[in-house]
Amino acid sequence: MQLALVHARYQLLEIVRIPVAVFGSAFFPAAAMIFFVVPFAGEDATGATFATASMVTFSVMSANIFQYGVGVAEDRDQPWNPYTRTLPAGPAPRFAGRVLAGLALTYLSLIPVVVIGATLTAARITPVALLLTVGTVAVISVPFTLMGLAIGYSLPSKAAIVVAQVVFLPLAFGGGLLSAPGEAPGFIETISPFLPTRGAAELMWAAVGDYSVEPLALIMLGVWVVLLATLAGWAYRRDEGRRFS
Amino acid sequence: MILARADQASRRYGDVLALDRVDLDVRAGELVGLLGPNGAGKSTLMNLLVGLRRPSSGRVELFGGDPRDPASRRQIGVTPQETGLPGTLRVGEVVDFVSAHYPDPVPRAELLNRFGLGDLARRQTGGLSGGQRRRLAVALAFVGRPRLVLLDEPTTGLDVAARHTLWDAIRAFHDDGGTVLLSSHYLEEVETLARRVVVIGQGRVLADDTVDAVRGIVGVRRVSLVADELPELPGVVRTERIDGRLHLLTSDADQLVRALVTTGTAFADLEVRPTSLEEAFLAITGADGPATSGEPMGEDPTTREQPTTAAAGGQPTPA
Repeated sequence: MQLALVHARYQLLEIVRIPVAVFGSAFFPAAAMIFFVVPFAGEDATGATFATASMVTFSVMSANIFQYGVGVAEDRDQPWNPYTRTLPAGPAPRFAGRVLAGLALTYLSLIPVVVIGATLTAARITPVALLLTVGTVAVISVPFTLMGLAIGYSLPSKAAIVVAQVVFLPLAFGGGLLSAPGEAPGFIETISPFLPTRGAAELMWAAVGDYSVEPLALIMLGVWVVLLATLAGWAYRRDEGRRFS
Repeated sequence: MILARADQASRRYGDVLALDRVDLDVRAGELVGLLGPNGAGKSTLMNLLVGLRRPSSGRVELFGGDPRDPASRRQIGVTPQETGLPGTLRVGEVVDFVSAHYPDPVPRAELLNRFGLGDLARRQTGGLSGGQRRRLAVALAFVGRPRLVLLDEPTTGLDVAARHTLWDAIRAFHDDGGTVLLSSHYLEEVETLARRVVVIGQGRVLADDTVDAVRGIVGVRRVSLVADELPELPGVVRTERIDGRLHLLTSDADQLVRALVTTGTAFADLEVRPTSLEEAFLAITGADGPATSGEPMGEDPTTREQPTTAAAGGQPTPA
């Protein structure tokens, strides 16, 4: 456990030394807040709160898909990674450290969205609900972490960047993150429950306000978690087998 | 006590057999040089011993255990490839990170001073010179007070001064009772540091002997000339004809030339050159087998197939 913290600390150090990497994952959701949420839903307290929660979901998704997808793929290219495997520790501390660092960065990338929501819109949240959303963020990070790991362990870094970019926009739009709950264009309402982004957003909406989640979206979220965990586990073992067996 | 052992270890990558039933014992207190040309299987053997790879067949052991078990690796030190150091981390941070994995690490300042890196603790590794990065990489192998260090070509590409700094550090560790397994394709480096040499070629152990014994079969020369037909000549290890020239590899060029002249054979354009280590290995261990004639080149028949040469091109001689 202590080693996991050491690994997390050094991974954060490596990332923070290149600040633009942190900036990148925070930029999209913050920009979306300013261009879509502030002008259209800024006045209405309920609408703005839900919209901010959607952007937080968006942010969690992009932060995780990018940092695991691209980060893991790039690490696999580095000879440092095999070297750490010769140290007297199993792969677990490094992996746990990566997840801890990922979660820390995810929270970091949420700050601009939350600040914009609190200052430029009418979005309001009770302290209890805020704590609840902090926990919910950790929960909804799970499917996107797994998605990122699946991408990172199965693709070379150049391909991982492209796939991460291709994947995250349709997931955001298709999941209805850029519309108020229940008010997305018709076909999106039809497909969104089948996307992991929707189930995640539903949890966030329920955490910040008076919203009852749609069971289908939650069930599908569970299916996605199982699916993505299987995929990530398969990609991890295949990669280990190819490089270290 | 045997610290590292390979027992009939083979490793296959797809169709390529990188290691072929290798036996190796490294005993406590030894400084063993692993010598062979590029692609001979040295790195593969190292990777098996540090637990990065599993043998396709046979066994490898570290301190009597499986190298893939982290506990077996507690008393070894390994060097990362210097290109692999995380460029944004500072020198001191890299040392601290590795230290965190060991119960009683060498204090950072002491380690860095030992490798001439004392002033650089706050420098990011991405800003170091190639020699400094290499020294840091080797220093990392000693962080955890190991009993056995495995160094895979630690000085390749270094200038003379940097190479000597590293040699001194490795020797000091050995003098304090440490055990070293060091791979190199420089015979000279192995000669300088090691007492025992294991020669590897095409995935097999070709010789496992003292430096002196290996040095005794050094000195393979390439005698090339233009001639139609040659009589039987003494000491020829291998003969090949390339572009109309005959190339004879021999352990005694002087005797060969004397014999050649004595026979009265017509020849032209005689040339005598040292072979590189790699050339000697490839020629003698070539898959098509040596076109041997004449007498065995060594006094010991078991060393007959293990020639090597100090003339491996271009490396500096020790001061």
